[in-house]
Amino acid sequence: MKKEFKIISEIIKKNTRVLDVGCGDGTLMKFLKENKNVDARGFEISKNKVQNCIGKGLSVIEGDAEKDLQQFPSASFDYAVLSQTLQAFYNPEKVIDDLLRVSKKAIVTIPNFGFWKIRLHLLLKGTMPITKNLPDEWYNTPNLHMCSIKDFFNFCSKKNIKLDQSIALNNEKTSSINTGNLNLKNLSSELGMFLIEK
Amino acid sequence: MNIENKFKTLIVKNPLTLDCGKIINNYPVAYETYGILNEKKDNAILAFHALTGDQYASGINPVTKKNGWWSHLIGPSKGIDTNKYFVICANVIGGCMGSYGPSSIDPKTNETLGINFPIITINDMVNAQYNLLEFFKIKKLFSVIGGSMGGMQVLQFISNFPDKAKTAIPIACTASHSAQNIAFNELSRQSIMADSNWKEGNYSQLNISPDKGLSVARMAAHITYLSKNGLQEKFGRNLQERDKLKFGFDADFQIESYLRYQGSIFVDRFDANSYLYITRAMDYFDLIKQFDGNLSKAFIQSKTKFFIISFTSDWLYPTPENKDIVIALNACGADVGFTEITSDKGHDSFLLNVPDFLNTIKKFLNTNYSSK
Repeated sequence: MKKEFKIISEIIKKNTRVLDVGCGDGTLMKFLKENKNVDARGFEISKNKVQNCIGKGLSVIEGDAEKDLQQFPSASFDYAVLSQTLQAFYNPEKVIDDLLRVSKKAIVTIPNFGFWKIRLHLLLKGTMPITKNLPDEWYNTPNLHMCSIKDFFNFCSKKNIKLDQSIALNNEKTSSINTGNLNLKNLSSELGMFLIEK
Repeated sequence: MNIENKFKTLIVKNPLTLDCGKIINNYPVAYETYGILNEKKDNAILAFHALTGDQYASGINPVTKKNGWWSHLIGPSKGIDTNKYFVICANVIGGCMGSYGPSSIDPKTNETLGINFPIITINDMVNAQYNLLEFFKIKKLFSVIGGSMGGMQVLQFISNFPDKAKTAIPIACTASHSAQNIAFNELSRQSIMADSNWKEGNYSQLNISPDKGLSVARMAAHITYLSKNGLQEKFGRNLQERDKLKFGFDADFQIESYLRYQGSIFVDRFDANSYLYITRAMDYFDLIKQFDGNLSKAFIQSKTKFFIISFTSDWLYPTPENKDIVIALNACGADVGFTEITSDKGHDSFLLNVPDFLNTIKKFLNTNYSSK
């Protein structure tokens, strides 16, 4: 299991209800179910992945989180997980609103557009950056709204969203982000992970 | 003909109060089983059939001599593996394959009941079949499964008996029969009743049957089970055993010939009055209304794990109607998975060899069976 999921599963407490938005092949859900006795539900847009998850005994619903999150009643989950998909939504602001309505807390991971390699790529090559976490060309990327760790920080303060935890991920290493080291972490981190609540 | 001797039948002694108010008792429920019920009795699956189905879900149907209607799904090593599971399938009441229906004999007159048979509902069908659990001494089914009207029965079953099934698979169905579907059913019924052989439902006494009306009803319904693309691909404008148009009303096109054939073989196995009663039961199905407009209330007590399936090209029970069930289940925190299977075969997809469909059910059942 990738480092990102390991950290997410450390944050999530035992015996809770979790909604994994964009659950993919269900790796995280399965781990949470087996190791933390979590009542996990998944949301996934790819039919293949949904059918795989269901075959593994996971309760996954095929659908588009952007439209279909509305169906869940308020505060019906303890955690909502959104792993590296925020940037692919038409309206990330609304998705965050929805997540924090259906769930008490949300764990959001973003590929950090402020990462030095990305900045350097654009500065030196003058073309849209392609990296490990952002492998697609500008003309076929699903990503519509890229942001940096700093952008997300500012977004949360503007929207009065409480940042319970901010974690920077770089390869296998993790470190905590705070207002003091924000500029540095924004430069040195590939991914940012945030535990947020309203 | 004494139908009760021809089929495997449970005579239900318990009186059943139907939704229409009438009480029935000592009525037959014809059923068939596949596989073996294990000692713990925890491997039983109740499969519900659709409008024109019957208890012969797998194997060879003794009446039609053809494969059972769900042979692609049910059988040894298949999606529902009968080496592992014990499958029960019953003919619905109102049907014509041995269960209590309009072709049953009225002991008072020694004639068939015809339209003296009471109006039945999906709820009545499910309550009648529930007696099979007691008969087999099954405390809890491993699963209930059905497509189309069978899916409606799955929903009603869980609503009526929230702790009697570990898993439930409603397929290509709805919680509330739509105006369009009522309209199609009405078209079919009017076609039967317009046949001069229908005789207000008393055709059996005269040894005739409204074959023309019933076959037109079947033809119309059959179109609704297919998709536009599916029809176009299979038939297009191909001509039937001729090189050019004949400038008449013969079956020039293959699609005409196909529909006529479907209509003609249907009348050999199905009773026209049963068609009236069962379509009526479907039209009356509105689980949302049964729970005062809040479908979630139907499932609020259930710990059942649901798996809901729809098909991309099904316009009779389209994905949004299936999704409404998912939404209601989510709203009450029920355990639910949902997928829309890609298929160009229309509503009929659930009866056909659609590998994604069959495989996903197989894996869903096997994982959940081993995770007890």
